[in-house]
Amino acid sequence: MIRFDHVTKTYPRGTKPAVEDITLEIKRGEFAFIVGPSGSGKSTLLRLVLREEQVSGGELLVAGHNLRKLPHRKVPRLRRNMGTVFQDFRLLPNKTVAGNVAFALQVTGRSRREVRELVPETLDLVGLGGKESRYPHELSGGEQQRVALARALVNRPPILLADEPTGNLDPVTSLEIVRLLERIHETGTTVMMATHDDAIVDALRKRVVELSDGRVVRDEEDGRYVVRGESLRSATREGDEPDQTEPNDDPAEDPAEPPQRLTKAGWAMDDDDWSADALRDQEEDF
Amino acid sequence: MGLGTIMADAWNGIRRNLSTALAVVLVTLVSVYLLGLGLLAQRQADQMKGYWYDRVQVSIYLCTDTSAQPNCDGGAVTDAQKSTIESQLDELRPLVENVYYESEQEAFDRFREQFKNSPISENVRVGDIPQSYRVQLSDPSRYDVVVSSFQGAPGVASVQDQEKVLNRFFKVINYITGFSVLLAALMALCAVLLMGTTIRQAAFTRRREISIMKLVGASNWTIRTPFLLEVIIAGVIGTLGAIGLLWATVHFIFNRYLNTILLDQAMIGAADVWVIAPWLLGGVVVLAVVTGATTLWRYLRV
Repeated sequence: MIRFDHVTKTYPRGTKPAVEDITLEIKRGEFAFIVGPSGSGKSTLLRLVLREEQVSGGELLVAGHNLRKLPHRKVPRLRRNMGTVFQDFRLLPNKTVAGNVAFALQVTGRSRREVRELVPETLDLVGLGGKESRYPHELSGGEQQRVALARALVNRPPILLADEPTGNLDPVTSLEIVRLLERIHETGTTVMMATHDDAIVDALRKRVVELSDGRVVRDEEDGRYVVRGESLRSATREGDEPDQTEPNDDPAEDPAEPPQRLTKAGWAMDDDDWSADALRDQEEDF
Repeated sequence: MGLGTIMADAWNGIRRNLSTALAVVLVTLVSVYLLGLGLLAQRQADQMKGYWYDRVQVSIYLCTDTSAQPNCDGGAVTDAQKSTIESQLDELRPLVENVYYESEQEAFDRFREQFKNSPISENVRVGDIPQSYRVQLSDPSRYDVVVSSFQGAPGVASVQDQEKVLNRFFKVINYITGFSVLLAALMALCAVLLMGTTIRQAAFTRRREISIMKLVGASNWTIRTPFLLEVIIAGVIGTLGAIGLLWATVHFIFNRYLNTILLDQAMIGAADVWVIAPWLLGGVVVLAVVTGATTLWRYLRV
């Protein structure tokens, strides 16, 4: 479904590649976690699949399209094959739950009849039946992420991309969301999820691809967040996450990499805008 | 996405960006108004040139019963005098290239047509405008040969060098046209820049919708059309305002005021405004589409 063949991506102003020589195949109906410290290239990998970025070297095949050769005007059609969810939900604050989900169908030219059918069906699927006419700010973070998930799934894409979908959620809600992803995966959707959340990765025991400095350093079926036998502590120290603990602390008690970015937790709900990442992307456009 | 939704989207965009949209409307209005004035000035010049201006160089007016010229004391021109004049003109070939004869009825019809916007046309009857020979020369600079041959000849009321009468006036009109078109071009540049800014601002206001549209695979057409429509609508509103203003200018200044002090000049009328209106409107739409498409192409790439 998704095949990276020696893929390298260097950003225009970057001195070294964001991802380098990635060879990776995610088969139809597979569920893969992409893990690794911040800056290791997880998001770049997803952006390449979405064709938000063009690969600099190598070949990337997604749903039968060679993204190196795909002309600009065919990118929208490619994207209709995938649903995407992000850490910051990216809901439209002036639209209701149903409106947000329907938006994805309306702007891709689906008929009103399809919208009437698919939207309630999808909202039921993610467990939001009865909340159609609420607005995003009236919902909890978990519910907002369910709305985002419904929007991603409403046109039944074969691929689901998730970029740290639980980054703004508490551990219990995170697990609920991921269980939902698992159920969606069981209906045949290929899922590619970038995450920092060790608890979730360890709970699901799916394929784990670990990136470090833009390279694949581990790829195992039935994987865990850290390499077997290693502690979370030592795995963390390779990355650029803040490491303020003493070296001889007991690793079991040390939340060296908190799955939530607490400073950003309320952002998407309270603020009119999205995360700093999303804003930076936009500013490049204008 | 239906046409209705897209139109509603465009209208919402205008409402959310009211100040820039208004700026586009006003700048377009002024720009189109100036351009329209320039075009109308040219049409005024054409109107004054009349039918014969570009075709002949010398007009020989013949005597009527009521001619005031001393040469016409003998009354209206006779057929014998006319044939003398015709044979004399024949002798002047090849300098005389063509001769058109205009009867009193033809002259009257032409006058009515030319002065249709002026009250003067209602007081003119057949016979008030003399019959004439209109002479086309192979070498226009030698018009004085014809003038001197026929000035004072029997039955000839007057000989007129066609260009001499109006040329100075046309020079002024050409300056006015040039100046107004130059100003119009500057304003059009402002309009283009403002349209670009408007689209960028509108796109920035709606950046979240746009980023989601891109994410879920909306076609470029779906994403861009509302923005394009927005500047087209603003441009069209401005142009309609300018056309209204041009009509008012022609109606109140030319037809109500200048007509009463420049009785002997043919004036443009509202009909001339309607003739240039579709061109102005079409021009603005093209400008808006080109500007919009260029801006969108630069700023809304997938």
